[in-house]
Amino acid sequence: MLKITDLVKRYGDGDPVLKNLDLTIEGESVVSIIGSSGAGKSTLLRCINRLVEPTSGTIELNGTELTRLRGRELRAARRKIGMVFQSFNLVDRLTVMENVQSGRLGYISTWAAVMRRYPKKDIRRAYELMERVGIAHYADKRADQLSGGERQRVGVVRALMQDPEILLADEPTASLDPKTSEQIMGLLRDLAGELKLPVLINIHNVTEAKAYTDRIVGMRYGRIIFDDTPENLDQDAMDRIYSGSPHADRSGDMKEAS
Amino acid sequence: MNSISNQFGREDWSRYTPKQRMQRYAAFAFCALALGWALGSIDVIWVWVWDAPEQMGDLLGRMYPPDPTNLGDILRVLLETVNIATFATGFGVLVSLPVAYLAAQNTTPNRATLWLGRLILVTSRSVNTIIWALLFVAIFGPGVVAGILAIMFRSIGFIGKLLGEAIEEIDKRPVEALEATGASRFKVIVYAIIPQVMPTFWAVAILRWDINLRESTVLGLVGAGGIGIILQGAIDTFNWPEAATVLLAILALVVLGEVVSAFLRRRIL
Repeated sequence: MLKITDLVKRYGDGDPVLKNLDLTIEGESVVSIIGSSGAGKSTLLRCINRLVEPTSGTIELNGTELTRLRGRELRAARRKIGMVFQSFNLVDRLTVMENVQSGRLGYISTWAAVMRRYPKKDIRRAYELMERVGIAHYADKRADQLSGGERQRVGVVRALMQDPEILLADEPTASLDPKTSEQIMGLLRDLAGELKLPVLINIHNVTEAKAYTDRIVGMRYGRIIFDDTPENLDQDAMDRIYSGSPHADRSGDMKEAS
Repeated sequence: MNSISNQFGREDWSRYTPKQRMQRYAAFAFCALALGWALGSIDVIWVWVWDAPEQMGDLLGRMYPPDPTNLGDILRVLLETVNIATFATGFGVLVSLPVAYLAAQNTTPNRATLWLGRLILVTSRSVNTIIWALLFVAIFGPGVVAGILAIMFRSIGFIGKLLGEAIEEIDKRPVEALEATGASRFKVIVYAIIPQVMPTFWAVAILRWDINLRESTVLGLVGAGGIGIILQGAIDTFNWPEAATVLLAILALVVLGEVVSAFLRRRIL
């Protein structure tokens, strides 16, 4: 269970990007977060695995409070949080297998990592997952030789190799063509079911959010203003989420404050 | 034709306003004055300059034909020169790796280490190889060791700086992705940073070896080993035919170095 309470993130002295945000994700549900650019979707996701430092509030994952962790403890907690990125973030000059195994870096010894002597069970697991998503025959290819959809599959397998308790996906399909994009969304949904894994997806494509996820969270300028099943996302809710601009919201907030 | 100009009657255009033009003329005049002053202030003995072609012809005449009697010795010392360059490049590369890590803004542990890294780079780069050689000849005495250290110390700054810049220019997204997996700092470096700077690393190491090959040929002039010792001996004793042989040998070596480094670049990169 992921439980976010009263989360605030402020960059510098400006207005907070996340404003006293609460969100709970239970079970193996696939949750999408929608909202216009600048609403704070990415920041929210990155606060969970601490790629971004939250200003205040708490984030609890299966009983571990994440916001206070440092060093070794933080790394141990990060192992349990998989992340998939918009631009895949693979290491281009390494092979697909090395990229996939880099999801295990938090578990294996430094020597094994440097020498590429991966444990047998990790290699077996890697082939299983790569076969599941259809990239096993690319194991020895360099990551930059793959197409976008294949690269994102490598990204997904890398995250799953971590044996995560939750999967975060930051606009995983925004760099892909519509058809590949649907394949990746379908894959994320199916894997979530097969691995009993909660998945949190930032997404711009509302149609895909409705088609592939169990629950939609709508954000607008640092707040959650919609949180319900896809069926209940009507035109009115869409307007509330997407109308206006971050700038207008900001000036509105200023007026409220003064 | 010219309908717009005709219609609006705008026929005059100049790139600069009169004031800008005056400023540019003033700048040119200032540069010319500075150049004239510089030429006047250095002590050139013009007779010797006009005399140069004749002297050159004379020297070439005395050099020809090159004297190959000591060719065996020359080739042996030439090999020593290659060894100096190669060992120095190897050691220089090894030492420059941690220095590059310290001197790159995105990998250095803190401000103090950043400045330490930069200090090492600047020190190494601001001192010429020959000056390093003089220093090490004073410490270790004349010979190959001083030569290797001199070239190594100069190489550290060169390789470290270029490699440090390569580290600063890497794609940060894979680094972020691996940090998110819970990998330690060292593992992130091995998996996300090193693969990205590998091509630059090889290119820089090969280029530096090529440069070091040339530099090691003059080390002998200050007693730090290599072919320069024989060259200086020949010049000091006015043995111009032998000096010519040495110069030709150096030329052959440099061309060979060029060929080898071009080959390596093709194979590795």
